[in-house]
Amino acid sequence: MAAAPKRPALPAILLANDLLDGDIVFATAGAEGALIWTRDPAHALVANDDKAAEQLEAYAANQLATNHVVDAYLVDVAIEAGQPVPRHYRERMKTLGPSNRPDLGKQAGEGIERAEQGA
Amino acid sequence: MYRYDEFDERFVRERVAQFRDQVARRLDGSLTEDEFKPLRLKNGVYLQLHAYMLRIAVPYGTLNSRQLRQLALIGEKYDRGYGHFTTRTNLQYNWPKLRDIPDILDLLADVEMHCIQTSGNCIRNVTADHFAGVAQDEIEDPRPTAELIRQWSSLHPEFSYLPRKFKIAVTGAEHDRAVIKAHDIGLRLRRHPDTHEICFEVSVGGGLGRTPMIGKVVRDYLPKADLLAYLEAVMRVYNLEGRRDNKYKARVKILVHEIGVEEFTRRVEEEFARLDGPSVNADPAEVARIAAYFAPPSYEVLPETSRVLEATKAANPAFARWVETNTTPHKAPGYTALTISLKPIGEAPGDATSEQMRLVADLAEQYSHDELRVTHAQNLVLPHLRQRDLFTIWQKLGEAGLASANIGLITDIIACPGLDYCALATARSIPIAQAIQRRFADDERQRLIGELNIKISGCINACGHHHIGHIGILGLEKRGIESYQITLGGEATENATIGEILGPGLAAEDVPDAIGRIVDVYLAERQGNESFIESVRRLGLAPFKAAFQEVANAVA
Repeated sequence: MAAAPKRPALPAILLANDLLDGDIVFATAGAEGALIWTRDPAHALVANDDKAAEQLEAYAANQLATNHVVDAYLVDVAIEAGQPVPRHYRERMKTLGPSNRPDLGKQAGEGIERAEQGA
Repeated sequence: MYRYDEFDERFVRERVAQFRDQVARRLDGSLTEDEFKPLRLKNGVYLQLHAYMLRIAVPYGTLNSRQLRQLALIGEKYDRGYGHFTTRTNLQYNWPKLRDIPDILDLLADVEMHCIQTSGNCIRNVTADHFAGVAQDEIEDPRPTAELIRQWSSLHPEFSYLPRKFKIAVTGAEHDRAVIKAHDIGLRLRRHPDTHEICFEVSVGGGLGRTPMIGKVVRDYLPKADLLAYLEAVMRVYNLEGRRDNKYKARVKILVHEIGVEEFTRRVEEEFARLDGPSVNADPAEVARIAAYFAPPSYEVLPETSRVLEATKAANPAFARWVETNTTPHKAPGYTALTISLKPIGEAPGDATSEQMRLVADLAEQYSHDELRVTHAQNLVLPHLRQRDLFTIWQKLGEAGLASANIGLITDIIACPGLDYCALATARSIPIAQAIQRRFADDERQRLIGELNIKISGCINACGHHHIGHIGILGLEKRGIESYQITLGGEATENATIGEILGPGLAAEDVPDAIGRIVDVYLAERQGNESFIESVRRLGLAPFKAAFQEVANAVA
């Protein structure tokens, strides 16, 4: 599955589904500065310029090719209370979980305690 | 119920082993996603919004208690303790992990179940009347036919790469509860007026989605023995001539529409004449072997009406209302078919927890000859209950939140998972259903309104059957927000009709008001015992449109 061909408006974050678990993961900067995946949308790395967006795109291509994730693409975000929030409601759902089940998904903190361990 | 023979057993087990190997190769990088995707889809594995989704086939909606208990176990062990029954009478799990799916498939194979052909461009799970074998208006049980088609179509080498998916439904009753006219092929068992022989009426080219069509009859009276040869002829014409250049025009309904039903029928008949019928049609001994599995259970000899039931109804009005709304007359005296509503107010339509599945499995085992059904309206049926057991069953269901008395009423809403789960959805469905349910939660008001089918889809693919709802709701995206288009006058029965759009799309929060206004027009204008859809037919769209427009104008 190729990354979305057209880059969205910036700022943007990179999200994908983890290959093994299917969970939504977000690209973030690891301890050494290299990109890793986090399950916590609050930690998603925000690309504010073309250079940062290109880095996310390159990471997406690499991670798709090396079979770590599927359906990776950039999503345009607004910054609300210091955190990136997708502008489109579809991707906002991905950062939360089903709206009829607040007890499930990221909105319930599922998987987020493992945030910094990568995907 | 049908039981697997050694061939069924072997082919399902082999398929699990193949998929286990395919998953391993995907995980070690030997298969790319592009290579793996068609393989996982053929095994019912989708990638949805938050996770993978696994769709399990429930052939013609029939389950036994052991199978439902296994589904409950899978839900608990590998998912989040619940599953979602679909309009194709299947069950979907919303949160399985890819690494666990081979183990889940093994557990399914242990109870003669699988996920084969629940996705992809092949013949999908065959559905049937959920009151098969028990309905009073039935001419013949459709399940032996559905099982025969299941066996014929499973891994059929010629029909594994069709232009697009293909859905078949069968009914053996006068009243169509299986929506056969909205299927690629709809089969209706009927008696020939002269010979009195039981035949099939064959309809082709029905379907919903972005181009909704009602199926057209291509054969009025097909002899039963010729079924597979005739189906093969239809499939061959479609496989050869169905469009492959555009997936939106690839369903057989488009072919029937483009060349016309007469020409389509001519080509099918030509192919049918060319086929060597005896080599394609099922061996009568095999047909009889299959039919024997669906022989009626041994019913007790009981009076037509149970005095115990009458007494408990008289003493308990809430129970009496539930019996009136949720039971259907049965062929056997003293028995009834019970529809268990999976539409409690404020819950996701069609969802059942593992605890609820276990309870229903226990009830099926104890009271219903170990059999239950899934309906296309996303409810469950206990088909063989003694009337006198209903009160006990009602009490047990009530403790599990499963005693809603709303079958066929305005809160018995069909809804697809929508954007709360589905990667294809353009808007949410479940919260719309919940808001309408809350608006019409009052039991008395629901009963006053009477039969009214609301059907909601979260995208144009129409899994929620919105086109054939008395009131249909389609969720779309309009300038970056969810917008809901309302249709009126659809019907899913033998009088299948596509509903018409009432006006501009509405925001989610305005939908319950719009439904309220439509219902108010009906209540004000209805004559005598006229049902909602009968009023719509008599009055036409105009008065409903006018009321709807007031809501649309108020928010514009």
